[in-house]
Amino acid sequence: MTVPAGLGDPTVLAGLAQVAVASALAAVVLGLSYVRELGLARELGGAFVRGFVQVLAMGALIGVLFSIPLSFSGVVLAGMVGYAAWESRRRGDGVPRAFRVSLTAIALGSSVVIVTMTAAGAIESTVRNLVPVGGMIIANAMKTNSLALDRFKSEVESNRDEIEALLAIGVPARAAVAEHVTESVRASLIPVVDAMRTLGLVYIPGMMAGMILGGANPIYAAEYQFVIMAMIFAAGGLTSMTNSLLVGRYAFTEAAQLRRFEESTPTLLSTLRSLR
Amino acid sequence: MTATPPKLAAENLSFAVDGERIVRGVDLAVAPGETVTVVGPSGAGKSTLLRLLNRLDEPTAGTVALDGTDYRTLAPTALRARVGLVPQNPGLGSGTVYDTVTAGLRLRGSQPDPDRVRELLDRVDLSGYGDRAVADLSGGEAKRVAVARTLLVDPEVLLLDEPTASLDAGAQAEVESLLTDLLADADRTVVLVTHDEAQAVRIADRVVRFVDGQVRASGLPAEVIA
Repeated sequence: MTVPAGLGDPTVLAGLAQVAVASALAAVVLGLSYVRELGLARELGGAFVRGFVQVLAMGALIGVLFSIPLSFSGVVLAGMVGYAAWESRRRGDGVPRAFRVSLTAIALGSSVVIVTMTAAGAIESTVRNLVPVGGMIIANAMKTNSLALDRFKSEVESNRDEIEALLAIGVPARAAVAEHVTESVRASLIPVVDAMRTLGLVYIPGMMAGMILGGANPIYAAEYQFVIMAMIFAAGGLTSMTNSLLVGRYAFTEAAQLRRFEESTPTLLSTLRSLR
Repeated sequence: MTATPPKLAAENLSFAVDGERIVRGVDLAVAPGETVTVVGPSGAGKSTLLRLLNRLDEPTAGTVALDGTDYRTLAPTALRARVGLVPQNPGLGSGTVYDTVTAGLRLRGSQPDPDRVRELLDRVDLSGYGDRAVADLSGGEAKRVAVARTLLVDPEVLLLDEPTASLDAGAQAEVESLLTDLLADADRTVVLVTHDEAQAVRIADRVVRFVDGQVRASGLPAEVIA
């Protein structure tokens, strides 16, 4: 396994020099904080060192990833989906089968987009592209899923009386909760819709800025950024729709009784068992 | 007791949650057209009993028969349209009175007849309230909207949970006079839960005393309420 380029690579050495200069500037901030007795030196310094270590570790990890066979990127992405679902279900703690909902929604939303766009050539089928771009799509699908779960939970909890009053006169479960499901889909999509709406006006995304700085044609950078945004939008939308179909169903028993939303702190093992 | 088979019959109906037995083996038969009032202290499980009769909660043991048919064999939506519950907390949502009253029918996929809705609003003494926001209603008005919402579905059995609780005296009298009017409808079977024993005597054919999740007494109002 070739650890990327090695530490002796001239670009890495040059990079270290730049790190030193940037650190010196940061040290000025720390110094000023110390002189002015703001008491922030420790926190700022800690964050600074931590950020450096984390990003370097990530660089090294991605370097390792570049040397693995392409087929492994599927495993890495699946792992990311699993972890994203695990994190996301916390937002909906108490929502029946929150992990299963999250896993299905995030997996479906992100995989449809990743597979389609890889087939279309927008994502190169190399580990170097698939893992970071896939990770970005999965992370956004997770964010949408978390927002949808969080809103669904609060909608049901604050409207339980109304939902049950409708059930009690023979309204089907799906119809009784429809308004609240719609509200959670709408709320979950606010960030992606707003990002899309302000794209280029308020929000100049990092990837596009990076490509332009890296010497790419700005028009192409813009096109590619739009493709990325559209992928995030599509993955978010699919995730949210899938989430809404499932939460609306799992919230009720087979006899159309609204389940109690009981908070819990499930272990990884019990969560995996619940999938069966 | 009449010889006619019961409209609604709880058979050993039980409900427990987290090991706590809230309703314990209740047998209760209600004849067609009969008005039964369930009285008892708060926490006795009266509301849970109504929820079980509506199958809004699942019995942990026993069952309920509607016209002799085990209600678990009926589709829950069909059952609840025939055995409609007016919950203690109206749960009206946020729309207009008209939208709220018609919600049950609309969400069941039927088109409400505006004339019938108007007639019903007249009957619950809310004439001309159709366009008002439910959020602006008084407690008594909200209860009456909840009753109207259930009545529009026209259930054969009406379950009423504390229809006059948490209302001031004036509103209590309004709602009770509406109930008296409704109960005069001989075709409708009614089970009404109340903690107000005087009210039970005024409107019931039969009173059931419910304590600790069990039926302690059942009979004519004068027999049960000393």
